Amino acid sequence: MSTTDPRAPRTSRPSGPSGPKPGAGVPRPSDADAVAMGAIRPPSAGPELRARDLHLAYDGRSVVEDLDLSVPTGRITAIVGANACGKSTLLRALARLLTPRQGVVELDGVALRSVPTRELARTLGILPQTPVAPEGLTVFDLVGRGRSPHQTWWRQWSQADEEAVHGALAATGLTDLADRPVDELSGGQRQRAWIAMAVAQGTPVLLLDEPTTYLDLAHQIDVLDLITDLNRREGRTVVMVLHDLNQACRYADHVIAMKAGRIVAEGAPAEVVTEATVEDVFDLRCRITPDPVSGTPLVIPLGRHHHDGDARAQDARPAAIVD
Amino acid sequence: MPARSSDTAQSPDGTTRSPHDTTRSPDGERPPDAQAFPAAPPHRALHGRPFRLAFPPVSGMLRPRLVLTGVLVAAGAFLLFCWGLTLGDYPVALMDVVRALGGAGEPGTVVVVQDLRLPRALTGLLVGIAFGVSGAVFQTMTRNALASPDMIGLTEGAGTAVVAAVVLGWTGGLGLSTLGLLGALGTALLVYALAWKGGTTGYRIILVGIGVSWICTSATDFLVARGSRFQAEEAVGWLVGNLNGRTWDQVDTLALALAVLLPVTLGMGRWMRTLQLGDDVAAGLGTPVQTVRLALLLAGVGLVAFGTAAAGPVAFVALACPQIAQRLAGTASPPPIVSGLTGALVVLGSDLLAREAIPGTELPVGIVTGALGAPVLLWLLIRANRAGSGG
Repeated sequence: MSTTDPRAPRTSRPSGPSGPKPGAGVPRPSDADAVAMGAIRPPSAGPELRARDLHLAYDGRSVVEDLDLSVPTGRITAIVGANACGKSTLLRALARLLTPRQGVVELDGVALRSVPTRELARTLGILPQTPVAPEGLTVFDLVGRGRSPHQTWWRQWSQADEEAVHGALAATGLTDLADRPVDELSGGQRQRAWIAMAVAQGTPVLLLDEPTTYLDLAHQIDVLDLITDLNRREGRTVVMVLHDLNQACRYADHVIAMKAGRIVAEGAPAEVVTEATVEDVFDLRCRITPDPVSGTPLVIPLGRHHHDGDARAQDARPAAIVD
Repeated sequence: MPARSSDTAQSPDGTTRSPHDTTRSPDGERPPDAQAFPAAPPHRALHGRPFRLAFPPVSGMLRPRLVLTGVLVAAGAFLLFCWGLTLGDYPVALMDVVRALGGAGEPGTVVVVQDLRLPRALTGLLVGIAFGVSGAVFQTMTRNALASPDMIGLTEGAGTAVVAAVVLGWTGGLGLSTLGLLGALGTALLVYALAWKGGTTGYRIILVGIGVSWICTSATDFLVARGSRFQAEEAVGWLVGNLNGRTWDQVDTLALALAVLLPVTLGMGRWMRTLQLGDDVAAGLGTPVQTVRLALLLAGVGLVAFGTAAAGPVAFVALACPQIAQRLAGTASPPPIVSGLTGALVVLGSDLLAREAIPGTELPVGIVTGALGAPVLLWLLIRANRAGSGG
């Protein structure tokens, strides 16, 4: 059990003779991490999540229409699109937080609405956008609450619960912060604490609504790396709503581009994120080059003031800024 | 241990590859001395002590501070309970009271204690528990300390019903207690219906509740102003909350209600804990959110309604006691059982003060709880703020 390791594996990674390995940027789990993650029972072949003929609405206002979707099992899927295109709404429907007006979401071929609540919570974890923990709640207690679908009123803290919580804390590098109140953590640590809760829940499918919102760049990468770890090591299916196209391209195996409640394109990042699609989805012209680190598409937006190697961009600047 | 070196290791790829090295958190919320958080054993006292039985497969987490607080508060409440029984025209020693409770001792003392004084003390005890638990339920359910039954209109509704009956002389053959009960239930129903919009949220319940509360207050004031002086006095006497002249009838009704409502409420404790993380997270963790919220609302309303029926709207107990209990026990949310015990302690203590503070005068308990509860709560809030932990 990795919890006896005094340091969170992720913080203390290269302490052995192997030392800090050179070769930047490529996600590569360390051995210590793998041990920590092993503490949580890796889900076997994950369940299949799909939506058919989905119509979603809030108060009669139609948000998503006629949508068919099959989430690739064991992969990371990113849903991208402009604000209010229905991507968070879709995620909520996939998690049964929203009842479809028409159509059905299916988990392994069974309509979501007929899956027993507890069973659903053991299969499918959802992390909404910017959740708020009650003041004073410790990281340990928050992560512990992730175990509630596995608990009953007489069995509230089994050995499995304890192992899952310690494993989740280790996997997210929060072992040392376990006794601290969540509201006293930095934004990045707080987001990791919530993800740790979802990890402790131990669901083979994880739905995340903009897990990087309000985080600075370093913490965004931190969280996305962590999500990648969960997918690569444990085979968890991840569906997340992301705003940053470049991060979606880098971290997702499958990208779904949405516009006005419909899927415009889906597939591998290189197939979906093209200049034409970006212009269609975001109404924004752009150039796309290969990401120098990952080789995935890198979106360079054009604006009114910046055009491709165009001298007019200089002209457009106010004189005061030119020199 | 190698932690020190690894903690400060600056690997070439450190900038992108060791994101969990929290020392580079730009927020700077982590103290510079990372060693201030030494390695901890798997079971830390703060987490509580896990206990597991092989058979039956019962397990749970014991929180020493919570348990200790509960025991101390319960002991204090019991002491005040007995102390209250010693008071009266015929003084009885504390030990004789304890003996008389068990039916032993002088027959005269037993009669005085059991028949004359016990109803009042028991009403205080049970009303305190009912209000304390009810406040904890509402505050947890809505994630807001302001959401106590006396803030969202339930006690005001009870008051309006009683005052209307007194002033308009229309009781329909029902006692004031029953009318108070119906008033609270009716108001709760109204608040819930008005707050319903394809489901309810805690926030909407509070907003609607405050609105309804003011409507009821205005109606009560109007009725009191219109009524005769005698009627107004009777109405106000009920409105402040009172333990004078309670009988076994009131105790029986309240005890029966608690026997049903308390287990129901405490049985939902696990769901109260998930509900605290927000509706979406709670649903994701397998909580039937709307069902649980309705059940909690009904249980909380029931508790406060029967409590109000027995003693009138004793001010501030439902609002302050859960908060006091939470701070004493060091939990992140009001602990239901300790909140109830704190409620009992406060009501019994206030009743003692009400009877003894001014010689020859017996104040209604509600005046004392209001005057006493508010400063205690303020003190706790200020202390928590100074310590840098509370709100």
